Amino acid sequence: MTRAYRVGDDLPPLEIPVTRTLIVAGAIASRDYQDVHHDAELAREKGSPDIFMNILTTNGLVGRYLTDHFGPTAVLRKVAIRLGAPNYPGDVMRLTGHITDIRAGEPAEAVVQVTGDNRIGRHVTGTVTIALPGPSPKRGGA
Amino acid sequence: MSGAGIETFGNSERDDLYAQLRAYEGRAAATAGRGKDLVNQPMIRHWCEAMGDTSPAYRGPDAVAPPAMLQAWTMGGLSGHTDGTGRSAAYDEMFALLDGAGYTSVVATDCEQEYLRPLRPGDRITFDTVIESVSPRKTTKLGTGYFVTTRTDVHADGERAGTHRFRILKYRPAQRKKDSEPARRPRPVINRDNAGFWAGVAEHRLLIQRCTDCATLRLPWMPGCNACGGAEWDTVEAGGEGTVFSHVVMHHPAFPAFAPDGEGGPYAVALVELAEGVRIVSNVIGVPYDKVRVGMPVHLDFLRTDPDLELPVFRASEGG
Repeated sequence: MTRAYRVGDDLPPLEIPVTRTLIVAGAIASRDYQDVHHDAELAREKGSPDIFMNILTTNGLVGRYLTDHFGPTAVLRKVAIRLGAPNYPGDVMRLTGHITDIRAGEPAEAVVQVTGDNRIGRHVTGTVTIALPGPSPKRGGA
Repeated sequence: MSGAGIETFGNSERDDLYAQLRAYEGRAAATAGRGKDLVNQPMIRHWCEAMGDTSPAYRGPDAVAPPAMLQAWTMGGLSGHTDGTGRSAAYDEMFALLDGAGYTSVVATDCEQEYLRPLRPGDRITFDTVIESVSPRKTTKLGTGYFVTTRTDVHADGERAGTHRFRILKYRPAQRKKDSEPARRPRPVINRDNAGFWAGVAEHRLLIQRCTDCATLRLPWMPGCNACGGAEWDTVEAGGEGTVFSHVVMHHPAFPAFAPDGEGGPYAVALVELAEGVRIVSNVIGVPYDKVRVGMPVHLDFLRTDPDLELPVFRASEGG
């Protein structure tokens, strides 16, 4: 039942089209009404060429990338991200992950290094700690 | 004034604003803040729809909230942190100082969250936020400003549920060029040692220096010969044929003046080996940036980048 995860494993990449809709929907779903995430004209006045994705959406996408891979019984413990090149509309962000540590325990935890690249560079680098699903199919939270 | 020796970039003035901002380190940004909504399924669903997150953990009677939503439950939303949501005067004062000094824009740069227990529909969110640190003034591509780091402890029904460390850059936007003033390439520095090179370019001739003592060719132009030390020279006009010896593709940061579309998109920078044997750094034109290859035959061309500047560049040869 327990899938063997190993240090050094790569997660399959996930490509996320960065649409204007995703940027706005993510901002509103995260209750972030900063104009740079929905109003292109005001974003330009603030020195940005267009609206750009807010950090909460990036955080949510990184979380989703991990739980998509490890399954719904895996539980996020820590997500630490740093943003670089902005996610502008029309770009594609490619998320990749690499398991850097497996910690024994009940439940065991995996540490995953995550990067998300777009056309202009590295949008996000992050480190995620995730509790791995145990043998029971029930939710692994505690 | 506690900020001893803090200097701004580019001049020697003290950064008095930084000294004022540092006084806010350790002070509360929010005390006993209250989430505007209980943790609830509609907001969870809206989040999952936006993120494309279909995990069954966030649906149904046993649903938990996506952990990465932690901060969302503490947000002020469109109406902001109105009375009773715990925002402290200190935080508003610090922001007013920054706004008053022209640092009016905000961008988030770092988010570190730790989740201690799942949030479930019905949980009442409270939070306390402290201003952990303020950076000295930094210059970034977006503009110049200060990084402000806060730490928020989030409680659900009084139990510790998670911590959230957040870093923002509060900055003064860099001036953007108007559309009517397209970005211009940097001007070459012309001096006694290289004036002949640029005089040649003006006549659409690429001139290579030749040592009159040992006949060694050299490019770029230099006062003396690296081979024999000779100071005397004459010139040879390049025939114009060459090959790409090496190249890189510039993606980020964007320098619009260098990109063929003027939008700052990727562009190729090549080291071209001329038929005469010397090499020159230039751009390859006539092919997309990702079609430039080592060994590709190219020939000399001249590109007027703006009314005041013309540069030798290399065009990929037909059928190359």
